[in-house]
Amino acid sequence: MTSSSGEKDFSRREFLVRSAKAGAAVALAGGVSAWLFDPEGPRAPSASESDLVTLPDFSVSGLDRKLSIIQGADRVKSLDVALKALGGIEAFVKRGDRVLVKVNAAFATPAILSATTNPDLLAEVCRRCLKAGAASVVVTDNPINDPESCFSLTGLREAAHSAGARVILPRAGFFRPTTVAGGSLIKDWPLLHTPFQGVTRLISIAPVKDHNRSGASMIMKNWYGLLGGRRNIFHQDIHNTIKELAMMVKPTLVILDGTTTMMTNGPTGGSLSDLKATNTLIVSADQVAADAVGATLLGKTVSDLPFILKAVEAGVGTADVESLRPVRASAV
Amino acid sequence: MSIVTVRRISQVFFLALFLWFCVVSSLGVESWQLRGWPVSWFLQLDPLVALGTILTTGTLYANLLWALVTVILTLILGRFFCGWVCPFGTMHHAVGYLGKRSKTLSEEIAGNRFHPLQSIKFWILVFLLSAGAGSLLALGIRQGFRSSPLLWMVFGGSIVIAALALGGMWGDRRKVGAVLIGLVGFWAATGFVFGGERMIGASLQTGLLDPIPLVYRSVNLALLPLADSSTHVLSVDQRYYEGAWLIGVLFVAALLMNLKIPRFYCRFVCPLGALFGVLARYSLWRIGKACSDCIQCGLCEQDCEGGCEPLGQIRIPDCVLCMNCLDGCKHQIIGYRTAPSASGEIVSPNLSRRGALMALASGVAVIPAVRLGGQLGANWNPGLIRPPGALPEEEFLKRCIKCGQCMRVCPTNIIHPAGFEAGLEGVWTPILNYRIGTSGCQLNCIACGHLCPTAAIRPLTLDEKKGLGTFEPSGPIRVGTAFVDHGRCLPWAMDRPCIVCQENCPVSPKAIFVREHYSTVRAGLVSVKSVARGRIELAERPFRPGEIATGDYFLAREGLQDGNRSLILENSEGAVTVQANGHAVPEPGEKVHVQVRLQRPQVDPSRCIGCGICEHECPVSGRRAIRVTAENESRSRRGSLLL
Repeated sequence: MTSSSGEKDFSRREFLVRSAKAGAAVALAGGVSAWLFDPEGPRAPSASESDLVTLPDFSVSGLDRKLSIIQGADRVKSLDVALKALGGIEAFVKRGDRVLVKVNAAFATPAILSATTNPDLLAEVCRRCLKAGAASVVVTDNPINDPESCFSLTGLREAAHSAGARVILPRAGFFRPTTVAGGSLIKDWPLLHTPFQGVTRLISIAPVKDHNRSGASMIMKNWYGLLGGRRNIFHQDIHNTIKELAMMVKPTLVILDGTTTMMTNGPTGGSLSDLKATNTLIVSADQVAADAVGATLLGKTVSDLPFILKAVEAGVGTADVESLRPVRASAV
Repeated sequence: MSIVTVRRISQVFFLALFLWFCVVSSLGVESWQLRGWPVSWFLQLDPLVALGTILTTGTLYANLLWALVTVILTLILGRFFCGWVCPFGTMHHAVGYLGKRSKTLSEEIAGNRFHPLQSIKFWILVFLLSAGAGSLLALGIRQGFRSSPLLWMVFGGSIVIAALALGGMWGDRRKVGAVLIGLVGFWAATGFVFGGERMIGASLQTGLLDPIPLVYRSVNLALLPLADSSTHVLSVDQRYYEGAWLIGVLFVAALLMNLKIPRFYCRFVCPLGALFGVLARYSLWRIGKACSDCIQCGLCEQDCEGGCEPLGQIRIPDCVLCMNCLDGCKHQIIGYRTAPSASGEIVSPNLSRRGALMALASGVAVIPAVRLGGQLGANWNPGLIRPPGALPEEEFLKRCIKCGQCMRVCPTNIIHPAGFEAGLEGVWTPILNYRIGTSGCQLNCIACGHLCPTAAIRPLTLDEKKGLGTFEPSGPIRVGTAFVDHGRCLPWAMDRPCIVCQENCPVSPKAIFVREHYSTVRAGLVSVKSVARGRIELAERPFRPGEIATGDYFLAREGLQDGNRSLILENSEGAVTVQANGHAVPEPGEKVHVQVRLQRPQVDPSRCIGCGICEHECPVSGRRAIRVTAENESRSRRGSLLL
């Protein structure tokens, strides 16, 4: 051990300790590098099949050809008559079922403008589901305007709460990619999925509205509100998109509200002069048939609405309304 | 309970109240949401907001009257607001504690020694206020040339007196007065030569450094969105604010300075503190020594928050009434009393005449200087879309204190702090951005104007916003107009159907309407090989199966007019099936067009309110194919489009 003047004493022991530390640091750096070593780099982004979700079939077997068309200006009374004709809500919702109600809450406008699902109708449906023994009822939609404002201004939030249902507002983490089997447009596309967790029954409630691009916004178009992302690109092929939406969702029951129909300036409306009293409530297990009936309220026929024909062709339902032997009644 | 404990309770209470107001500024009907909570109360208590808007507009708006309470209490008690109420001050106070923990007693005392640069805050105050005094000056100029010399003298004299009182420089008044009158004379001459008011303007810039708008802005736009990003209690989804990083960085930097010097911001920067300092010279009660039997132990300065030297001649303008010296004095010599301190006191701000004049002159000059870009004239920025109810730009800049309340409450998160879109003077003023956020400006929402503490955004009624009832003749409030970019719009540029913008237009009748147009698709001129019951075999095979069977494509015979098109129901590569239409069945060998039915959006400027929902929804998601710019906004005639 040499120790010249000006040099600090440096023992062998210290040298060994320092060497050991240096060695450990080298080993750690080497180990971490080897562990994280990626010779190929990232691949082109692609959806892995395992991430995809699909919605289960919510229809009730044996009841999938039920349809009732009720005349009346009072939605609650019409609903009562309609459900009675189909064997009551109890036929569709059993004790312990978890129900999801998909409303049309697209716009932050007051209920009176009929651009969104009627809150009284929603409240009544929720109440009846819970009365039939449903364990829970959740109400959801991914609207076009600000979700919070939409559910507040339309009165849907209050209606749901008053009936004992829960509202789930969409947020970024609630969407999972889906691909429609047999479709070609909705592929690896974000679907509002979290609210469906544990759900066993699906009910859709939508108003009848004019829609410039597709011709009409009714039940099948209402599923648009389950999509996320920049979904508006689907407007380029709206009819096939609506068909695929109908293929994507197999509801328990759909309620098409034609008590008031938006005849012009749809789908936003904005004025009472856009509305017409058509006094019809359609409750159906066949979503295509519901839309086929709804079309007549807008003064249209099935052949004016290519998406209906496409949905029939895809086997989603029938546009031959009479083949379902609908119950027609009047609620006074 | 010692006075310091009472002060701490007060500080914690007001800080908690402030944070509560920030939390409840969420639109909704729950008890913890916006339902009548006076969320702008601290801004209304702030006399700098009141004084600033009085200077720029000559009026005291509604609840800003609260500032009178603060002023009166300050005139009685001194700078109580800084030490007892100000939420930003409390934050500095708390961070300052952390910085002191490892310091020795002598280091602490040294850190609290008065620093001559503490006068910077007075310069800032004078600078910011004189930036807002331009139009008052212009008024003076006008009066000076149009009215009697006597009126002019009274006006000039009052400015001088005000300036002297402000600077506390009553001594040597002739020299000061001469310089000031010279300065005013210079601007008067400028005004006379160059037409006065066009260049001389008033702009309220106090909000840049006023601690109350600053702390509102920082907490609401930077802190809460970060804190709520994982909890989503305050908003359903993440809130975004463009440029909020800078607001956050400045806020954190101001807080971190306390580790070096306690209450750095309050001592050196705060213009509101400076204003209180000026007022405090008249305060009835103040800190001071009861007798001169002091042993000069220095303990009173150990925790002195203001750096105001209670040990010697206490500097009243810098004392924030933390009362720590009362607790620190082991001999009960220091008290909070009406008589002046036994060891003397300094009541005037430490502000040199030159400093004050420089700040005044540059403050008056800076607004014309930043307006040299012409953004208030011909060079106005069409990208600057203000919230509905915003005043004309010049009036708006006289009132906006950049507090961010409108940005916080906007339910669709489209109001953002501006960068330089509104010029240098418009930094952090509200600007609409239709790409961020959850929608456009909602038709049935008037929240922003009702939170605005200074009415830079007027509080509208729904009727006024939508042009209903008595407002029908003037029509709805427009914030701009949508323009279709024909080079990017799918139906205009790319032969693809879309009209998402038309569908989402919320006004009735819609401001966006469509013109139907049939466009022959690429390689769409084909020859018919054979025809059999609606199924037409083609000589060419240009199409993918199903490609033209979306319900938007038609087969049209050449040379024939409308009504002779038939909808294509199905197609394979070389054959199409069409819907029956007697007139439109082509002959074999005939050339036919495959056409797509397009609905091309058109904007009716007399209906468009510029709400931007179309821009928000446009599927061309990068640079949108329909975009709103400020043309035709209600608040100003410079951009009007219509006759």
